[in-house]
Amino acid sequence: MSDYQSVIESIKAQFPDVVQDVVEFRGEYTLVIEPAKIAEVARFCRDADGLEFTILSDIGGIDYYPDEPRFAVSYVLFSLSQNLTIRLKVYLQEDSPRVPTLTDVYSSAGWPEREVYDMFGVAFEGHPDPRRILMPFDWTGHPLRKDYPLGYEEVQFSFNYDRVKDQKPSPRE
Amino acid sequence: MSLTPDERTHVTTIDTDRRTVEIALDQIKNLVSERALTGETVLLNMGPQHPSTHGVLRLLLELDGENIVSCIPDIGYLHTGIEKNMENKNFEQALVMTDRIDYLNNLGNNLAYCLAIEKLVDLDVPERAQIIRVIIAELQRISSHLVWLATHILDLGATSVMLYAFRDREQILDLFEMVGGQRMMGSYIRPGGVWRDLTDEFIPALRKFINYLPYKLDDYERLLNANPFFIDRTRGTGVITPEAIQRWSLGGPLMRGSGINFDIRKAQPYTGYERFDFDVPLGSNGDVYDRYMVRMGEMRESLRIIRQALRILPDGPFRSEDRKFVPPPRAELGTSMEAVIHHFKLWTEGFKAPQGEVYVRVESPRGELGVYLAGDGGSKPYRVHFRTPSFYNLQAMSEITRGSMLADLVAIVGSADFTLGDCDR
Repeated sequence: MSDYQSVIESIKAQFPDVVQDVVEFRGEYTLVIEPAKIAEVARFCRDADGLEFTILSDIGGIDYYPDEPRFAVSYVLFSLSQNLTIRLKVYLQEDSPRVPTLTDVYSSAGWPEREVYDMFGVAFEGHPDPRRILMPFDWTGHPLRKDYPLGYEEVQFSFNYDRVKDQKPSPRE
Repeated sequence: MSLTPDERTHVTTIDTDRRTVEIALDQIKNLVSERALTGETVLLNMGPQHPSTHGVLRLLLELDGENIVSCIPDIGYLHTGIEKNMENKNFEQALVMTDRIDYLNNLGNNLAYCLAIEKLVDLDVPERAQIIRVIIAELQRISSHLVWLATHILDLGATSVMLYAFRDREQILDLFEMVGGQRMMGSYIRPGGVWRDLTDEFIPALRKFINYLPYKLDDYERLLNANPFFIDRTRGTGVITPEAIQRWSLGGPLMRGSGINFDIRKAQPYTGYERFDFDVPLGSNGDVYDRYMVRMGEMRESLRIIRQALRILPDGPFRSEDRKFVPPPRAELGTSMEAVIHHFKLWTEGFKAPQGEVYVRVESPRGELGVYLAGDGGSKPYRVHFRTPSFYNLQAMSEITRGSMLADLVAIVGSADFTLGDCDR
């Protein structure tokens, strides 16, 4: 795992105050980054010699409701030349979850960031096309938040047959 | 005929809510060129119901004559909220939903999700189960590539290959039925191993199949490789440079078609792939034809892997015997109190995963399939996110199709081989 150590050391050396924490779990390394600097860190990871994280594998949001900071966005970066994977993670406060976009660094960040916005309501500053992507564009709410109800259909028995029938969605006359 | 913006809005709002359409137009204004707003170029909807989009995909095309000025994919028609649903089920219940993500790669999705669980809870898988998983995953790869071949060649105007490829895929579905009881959506791969041992008739049927398919692949290649119509439509079409591959996070046959020698099975072996000897087929030009050649090569390599797997398939348990995670066999329940307790605990509450998060990637037929799984100490996944290859492959279409002809669009979109279930989840 010396490869990972040298990668993390070089990122830490470049951004001493920005890397807030390094977490290791099951052989995966997560660097907690100050949200405002995520694009700079990603650009350094992509361009620096010996890092070359040229591929953005994944962007995933996560909601820690009711904890604070509530939201986190994790970026999985992959280096073809080194065959290494690291995760950058930013934690965001509930009242204004905003983070700079990575679309200038990785073109592929466009849709995943739209998905995180759609599902969690995290705003990506400077995103060229900040629309919803999976839900209808006039949808209210962000479905993957923990306080968003799952929704279900009530089971119809003989004792509540009529009530459930009235509530069922059906084409309007 | 050209329309002023006012007329255009008027035309599109017939029988629709005017406000809705205006918002929709406002939102895409910055994505199309200026000429679209003045009516110099034509905006054309392709889909959501179109035979060449392989599902419910809408492509908003801006056309200058027959040339594509911009292509805006619109997805979400098949969004089923699988990630949200999985958060509300325990780990093993949530497994059945992974089948439905990429409906041409059901068991491959099971595999990725199970690998993520096994990494999160630190569970070992017996050797026999690993080899069975490899056989199943490679069969699934072949079946997915056969469907791709069938539909892609059908898009390009040849009907016979479609019929042949579906005939051969049918045999793979029969094999899945023999092991897992179902042709599709098998949920055969489970945390800790596989659902049950291989059945007696499976191995002879599989041997018969792997001796049968190479001749059929030869047939397809004889039909297509030197076919002037096929070559005209695929050579030099939809070229993706290695730089664009990395920038757009494309994977799988798209990446290898552009000459990047990367296969997750080789670079980061999982479930015992390091024991197999196989080649990674590579293209050089990164066009539609190279991606076709890569996929044909991959099917042969998959057969090679299956042949080796049959040779080294060991005896032993087919599922982990760690009773904290894997329920005991039914027969033990009559004699062992402990087995009853484990059975009850696992089928009422499920096993618990520690706090932490893992990211596991596997080589799906379409590219890198990643599972981001977070546990919080409970028996339900706190967060599951699928990094699906179709999502990323489709995203890049806006750049790859720019400047090409409308007739080539079908070839390029087909060569990216996405399924919309995989894309929208």
